[in-house]
Amino acid sequence: MLLKYLSAKNEDIPPGSAAIFFGFSAIFWFVVGTGLGSFNAAKLAFPDFVTGTELFAFGHMRQVHVLAVIVGWISMAFAMTMMYMTPALGNTRMWSEKLGLWTALLWNVGLSSALISLWIGITSGREYSDFAWPFDLVILFGVITPLCVNVIMTIAHRRTQGIYITNWFFGACTFMVGIVLLVGNSPEYFHLTGLSEAYLTWWNAHNLLGLWITPVAAAIAYYTIPKLTGNPLYSHRIGHMHFWSIVVFYSTPASHHLMSSPLPEWLKSFASVEGVLILIPAVAFVANILLTMKGKWSMFVENIEIKFSITGVFLAIPLNMQGGFQQTRSINWFIHGTGWIVAHAHLALLGMSTFLEIAAVYFGLQQMLKRKLYSLALANFHYWFVLIGFCTYWISMTIAGLIQGAGKIYEVPYIDVVIAEHPYMIARWIGGTMVFTGNLVWLYNMWMTARVGTLVPDGRYAHELAYER
Amino acid sequence: MAFKEYRLGAAMVGGALGLSMTITLFMPSFDLRSAVSTKMALEKQLSAGFDIGFGYADPLLLGINRPITVDLETDPKTGAKLDPPVRAYVYKPGVPMPPNIRHPHDLGKGVQDLSEGQGQITAVSGSNHKKGTQEGVVFTLALGEFNGEELSYIENASVTKGWTPDATLAAAGDKNTHLISKGKTEFVVQGCWWCHTLLPEQTQDWQAFGAPPYLGDFNGENPTAFGSDRKAPDILHVASRNSSREWMMMHFFNPRLVQVNSIMPRFDYLWGDKDAQGNTIDFDKWRVEYKEYSEGKRTYPPEVPDYAPDSEIRALIDWVLSLK
Repeated sequence: MLLKYLSAKNEDIPPGSAAIFFGFSAIFWFVVGTGLGSFNAAKLAFPDFVTGTELFAFGHMRQVHVLAVIVGWISMAFAMTMMYMTPALGNTRMWSEKLGLWTALLWNVGLSSALISLWIGITSGREYSDFAWPFDLVILFGVITPLCVNVIMTIAHRRTQGIYITNWFFGACTFMVGIVLLVGNSPEYFHLTGLSEAYLTWWNAHNLLGLWITPVAAAIAYYTIPKLTGNPLYSHRIGHMHFWSIVVFYSTPASHHLMSSPLPEWLKSFASVEGVLILIPAVAFVANILLTMKGKWSMFVENIEIKFSITGVFLAIPLNMQGGFQQTRSINWFIHGTGWIVAHAHLALLGMSTFLEIAAVYFGLQQMLKRKLYSLALANFHYWFVLIGFCTYWISMTIAGLIQGAGKIYEVPYIDVVIAEHPYMIARWIGGTMVFTGNLVWLYNMWMTARVGTLVPDGRYAHELAYER
Repeated sequence: MAFKEYRLGAAMVGGALGLSMTITLFMPSFDLRSAVSTKMALEKQLSAGFDIGFGYADPLLLGINRPITVDLETDPKTGAKLDPPVRAYVYKPGVPMPPNIRHPHDLGKGVQDLSEGQGQITAVSGSNHKKGTQEGVVFTLALGEFNGEELSYIENASVTKGWTPDATLAAAGDKNTHLISKGKTEFVVQGCWWCHTLLPEQTQDWQAFGAPPYLGDFNGENPTAFGSDRKAPDILHVASRNSSREWMMMHFFNPRLVQVNSIMPRFDYLWGDKDAQGNTIDFDKWRVEYKEYSEGKRTYPPEVPDYAPDSEIRALIDWVLSLK
């Protein structure tokens, strides 16, 4: 339906078309990504589950799960929110709705082909930048660059005087993630080797988190929470402190991912100190959002978008406490390379970030489709399945990680650690499957919203209307 | 819009990001560039060759256009006996050169001087490193002295000893041929490194997994594939703990044959269709018999088929056994 606008004149394309395209694509990739996650978890719990086929071996599927979720779900959800929040905050239209639609199309085509090639084994062998470099170039110049141009031009053509904090994040992060992909993949473009390659691999991985996923997710909350509650942001100045401390502190601690490698000791120490300083933007963000909720806490129970958003903000608290301290030498010694890290990574991506994005996609799709959500019951089902599934995953992997860490320190034979972890691997699989189930329901709910959701009258917000189901 | 806040802001973003890039990229580059290749790094570089990941020479990562490692008991040119055997790295025509032949500076001080001087690697360094040379090159490792320090360096045996790739491969024979580079390709493609790390930790792994690597242990390696999530033992020094080819064979075919509680996947598909004798491998029959064994209906598990010399599993085991 939206494809007919690809060749239309820009001014003939209804505002929000690109956001709708991105929104449904993101949900689709979320279903795919969590489905793969559930499948992989089953293999870790039961190693002979689907065996004897190269393509369905764990080593071929694991990285497809990771990148489907990061480049498919999370990044496309970001693009979706940018396509409706940036113009709304500038009191204008998207600079080019048409470019947005083409970006979404190329994103889906590029990501599908990149994931298929990765699946059959065409890889760079570098974690989080696993795609062969031609696909890296497609993502950098075919996807991130047009998104960045569109967002920055929309901000430049705004009809408001100031630039709201969300747009500061959007403009800066779309630019910075381009730099990260350019520099971070340089070992592939320029065939760098040795420790330089290893370090840049983790420089890339760290900054994808630090300059893209975490700050953009927070920027989304700066929009959704004030919008839905009707409260103004508690402090724009604290928001700015969050922004600046992200750029300064979060872009530097890459080498804390390689604390046990022979990188220069000064670099590791520097990274460790900067890593603790990440608590500054973290505390600023959480405090700012929770104080914005003042007087509106009943919405945490009543409103599905606030429920998701605030849960994400709450999950940011353990996320940042772990993140700030687990990379110091005294703690990293124990938990490095264990399931604790896997739990922490899921707390960042499936916990904090995903919950904030789910809320923004729920809200944005209703606004852009001008339709009320099809079913609150299904949305609540989605919330509880994702939350309980995630918590099951997180807690079980944290425990498994602590067992692994103890096994490492006390030199327990490795196989005994594997045996001890087995129940937690089953719990992880159950949790992941719950998340996947919840997302399937979400896709159905959003699809039905687009088709039969109650029309929202002009000038009203969807959340002001009562549910009919 | 008198006050252009975005101008100031954009400049500040640029400044902040530039500062952090200076500290995290520019400054460490001096430390990393000064790393001197150890023997381990030279062995890894010569046996693995140019980048293992996606590239022009091997776009589908099938392990083609890769160097071959051989152990020579006789000199390929003179036929004289070599005792102890010499390990040689054969780059056939068209096989991309190892990275530091093109960039000898990355070998580090001393190793670069020896490799370029006595080692005569400059004889190939002018050629296109991505397409390889027309005649092919054979490299060996040699021991030399630089400023009173004993260092391993790369020797271009095609120049210093007149060894040609074909003669070297023929002199070694299949028994002494190790497909290490193809094996590392399998390691990357099959995702072994999602569970088996290649980085023993500095703090507590000495007893179980061997010595952590040093600064110069990685020069010329791409990808380093350290791994991040250790769901299985570290394998940087695995062949020092276990060098049994038979054990590796059983463990890869079905890890539960040698370790009941292992959660490693079966890699029986790396055997391909035919075994060493050219007979078709009946995987279905094997699985039925193994199921009977695991249910206690058979005393012994079915035999693991011998792999064919050109199978993927042969290369993977060759690589694993090179991890001393």
